Amino acid sequence: MLVIKDLHVSVVGKEILKGLNLTILAGEVHAIMGPNGAGKSTLANVIAGRGGYEITSGSVTYKNKDLLAMLPEERAWAGVFLAFQYPVEIPGVNNTYLLKAGVNAKRKQQDLDALDAIDFMKIVKEKAKLVELDPSFLSRSVNEGFSGGEKKRNEIFQMAVLEPSLALLDETDSGLDIDALRVVAKGVNKLRGEDRAIMMVTHYQRLLDYIEPDFVHVLANGKILKTGDKSLALELEERGYDWVKAEALGSEKSV
Amino acid sequence: MATNEQIQKQLAGQEYEAGFVTDIESETLPPGLNEDTIRHISSIKGEPDWMLDWRLAAYRHWLTMEEPTWAAVDYTPTDYQSISYYSAPKSKGDGPGSLDEVDPKLLETYEKLGIPLREQEFLAGVTNIAVDAVFDSVSVATTFKSKLTEAGVIFCPISEAIREHPELVKKYLGTVVPQQDNFFAALNCAVFTDGSFVYIPKGVRCPMELSTYFRINALNTGQFERTLIIADEGAYVSYLEGCTAPMRDENQLHAAVVELVLLDDAEIKYATVQNWYPGDENGVGGIYNFVTKRAECRGARSKVSWTQVETGSAITWKYPSCILKGDDSVGKFYSVAVTTHCQQADTGTKMIHLGKNTKSTIISKGISAGRAQQSYRGLVRMAKTAENARNYTQCDSLLLGDACAAHTFPYVEVKNSTASLEHEATTSKIGEDQLFYCQQRGLSEEDAVNMIVNGFCKDVFDVLPMEFAVEANRLIEISLEGSVG
Ligand SMILES: Nc1ncnc2c1ncn2[C@@H]1O[C@H](COP(=O)(O)OP(=O)(O)OP(=O)(O)O)[C@@H](O)[C@H]1O
Ligand SMILES: [Mg+2]
Repeated sequence: MLVIKDLHVSVVGKEILKGLNLTILAGEVHAIMGPNGAGKSTLANVIAGRGGYEITSGSVTYKNKDLLAMLPEERAWAGVFLAFQYPVEIPGVNNTYLLKAGVNAKRKQQDLDALDAIDFMKIVKEKAKLVELDPSFLSRSVNEGFSGGEKKRNEIFQMAVLEPSLALLDETDSGLDIDALRVVAKGVNKLRGEDRAIMMVTHYQRLLDYIEPDFVHVLANGKILKTGDKSLALELEERGYDWVKAEALGSEKSV
Repeated sequence: MATNEQIQKQLAGQEYEAGFVTDIESETLPPGLNEDTIRHISSIKGEPDWMLDWRLAAYRHWLTMEEPTWAAVDYTPTDYQSISYYSAPKSKGDGPGSLDEVDPKLLETYEKLGIPLREQEFLAGVTNIAVDAVFDSVSVATTFKSKLTEAGVIFCPISEAIREHPELVKKYLGTVVPQQDNFFAALNCAVFTDGSFVYIPKGVRCPMELSTYFRINALNTGQFERTLIIADEGAYVSYLEGCTAPMRDENQLHAAVVELVLLDDAEIKYATVQNWYPGDENGVGGIYNFVTKRAECRGARSKVSWTQVETGSAITWKYPSCILKGDDSVGKFYSVAVTTHCQQADTGTKMIHLGKNTKSTIISKGISAGRAQQSYRGLVRMAKTAENARNYTQCDSLLLGDACAAHTFPYVEVKNSTASLEHEATTSKIGEDQLFYCQQRGLSEEDAVNMIVNGFCKDVFDVLPMEFAVEANRLIEISLEGSVG
């Protein structure tokens, strides 16, 4: 589904990603862990098409298409969804209205008729129930005055409505209470399926108890330094990241 | 991705939909202004002597005045001798007769603008609005007259009111905006050609929305319209005003005066969607919009609101104001102003609190793009007599791009210690992160800009009448429209 090859990305002249390789197949769930500032959000943002990043070399292929040549909205239409680490507030713009515009823009690309208000509300209500989002959030302005946890839950709600093929979750678990974590996990697990893939950035092993990953990657020094299964996350929790970096350094030297 | 440059480019593609010219034969006075010009206008209109004298007095005073320069706008001053002060479509005399007499080209013009003047078209639709259409210097049609007459409402061109209802005009004209009020108001008093007159009698709730649609068509013609609305005790009216002009390379002057009079318990809602031609992206052409609008809440418990959506004009100089004289009277000002390219707007409001327990609210939303300059200028004055007066002011500016600017000039004068004032002001840039968020959810960049801008204007759109809210939304979209770079 997603193939990233030798990706180099700089921000204001500073190289953040230095030859990153990652392949995510349909049906898989990948967890990305790594120290603060390692470039995890950078990776997710570059896949989603956020501006401000300079891609100096490498390629990102999604469903056999050159993702880097597509506009952010084209990527969204093609099924890429980013749950933001810091969801932005948009005063005066109704939460449901934005979502409806997004859904219908995507449907238009697929030559489907726009959903009318009634059909759309049906879907919205169902998904709001799934992620236990209070209906009052539907009519509020996008993220305005939402608590940190409410913003994250709103992201998962939007994901549930948009039903993406590739979901990028950037620290969606951070700032969630235990119940919210369970609910968010429920939303994500519901999305899991043979033709979908999930990449989730997290700092906490705990999330992986709820959403079982197929792979756990360590992103540090601008690369995927180590890949393992769920047990790697446990080991990281115990030992931190230094040993991974040292190991990588060792193997580089021995080459 | 949306860089500021791309937003600029997108905005540069702005289109002005109302920019066509109607090819119609007109009767136009030669350019120039002197006492004879005024006598001529007065005689074409068949005015009584008192009206002519009033005009001449204003003119003589105007000669002693100087054009104001305090506004934060920069433009080539108008040569008042080079413009014509009267232009009327030839095929009809002054004042509208029946619609059958109206030149089909005119009807077409208004239809193109989305203003059907044929009543049956209105009746067929869901809307129910009586329209007065002013084309250059004269009113060409007023609809639904009979239905309004039944209710006792007078809604007609002001030139007709001067002839038919002189007692009302004499009693109220110039009592809210005195002849000598300011340079442009004095000029308007001298040369005004047409506009609307509304009188809502005691206790009457006007059965439909009233609307005047102003259109400047002729070249090198100034439009000086005059509107006078009187809501007698306990009366209510909602009034809408719309404006457009063709695209021309020359600047054209529009200097209107609007006076609203409210007696005890009366209420007037006055909404404007102003879309005069703003000039091209290099600042060539466009309307100079120098307008004096003022409401006087003369009676106790009267309520007035000014709601304006301003997307047009090269230069705007406009401060719809409320004089809150009656005890417990309420004044509101809601404004959305959009300036793009080289447009300049200096706009705001004045709230003059004289009576006890008077309340005012000011919500101003300014959106600037391109190289546009926009200023909010507001005065809140609480007189000694204004016991327990209150004001709430909120001024928000949204900048699209780096080359535009927003300024805020709030003036406050408080002479009574029981008065309370609250003021909030914000300036924000349309955030790349907001745009990206919307795009990530599937909106094109253009749709994302529109959605964010409309969200920003929501407080004001919410108080517009339905028909106008839709129109305003669309207008702003057109103003900010273009191909994504
Ligand atoms: N706009 C920017 N200007 C300057 N530096 C930036 C910018 N965006 C990202 N960076 C830098 O790039 C590096 C990677 O940032 P990124 O947000 O991808 O880290 P992260 O791995 O997601 O960290 P965290 O775990 O704290 O969320 C950081 O050092 C950050 O300071
Ligand atoms: Mg991050």
